[in-house]
Amino acid sequence: MTEFLFGASAFVLAMVALGLVRILRGPGDADRMMAAQLLGTGGIAALLLMGVATREAAIADVALTVAVLAAFASIAFVRATAADAVGDAPTDDNG
Amino acid sequence: MNMALDIFTIVAVTAGAFFFLAGTAGLLRFPDAFTRLHALTKADNLGLGLVILGLLPRVDSVFTGFKLICVWLLVLLSGSVASQLIARAERRRETRP
Repeated sequence: MTEFLFGASAFVLAMVALGLVRILRGPGDADRMMAAQLLGTGGIAALLLMGVATREAAIADVALTVAVLAAFASIAFVRATAADAVGDAPTDDNG
Repeated sequence: MNMALDIFTIVAVTAGAFFFLAGTAGLLRFPDAFTRLHALTKADNLGLGLVILGLLPRVDSVFTGFKLICVWLLVLLSGSVASQLIARAERRRETRP
């Protein structure tokens, strides 16, 4: 069972690494941010799989921290791109 | 009983890994930012959820299992909010004169 969990962890990490190609290709900043968000989610999944396989409970805390940091990264990205937009109110573009 | 739990873990984790595969394939193959966002949220919500569901029978204490569910709920919340915000930023960039 441990081998299966390690294998699943490696598979998820490989998928995330493949998704990072999107950062290289772009074309927009939003596409690059999405790849970073996939890195956050996939990293959490790989960490949790590894943590249960090694019976190391502290890795769950690391995954919790990564979840919080990934949320902050997305918010920071949206704030940075909205700074040069026409307005910041959610009602100014009818949606 | 132990055997059944093992099979449950294997099925759920494999399904979760499949959703990560689908998310990566969508992120690389879909034509524009909104469809890529759609593929990404599948990996976020269902992939991670199924992986955590599969891991739940294997944790040592109830507290650790509760923590895993908290991780999933946090990712669900932040993922849904962030995908809305990213879509809005992208749409605003497209419609900018």
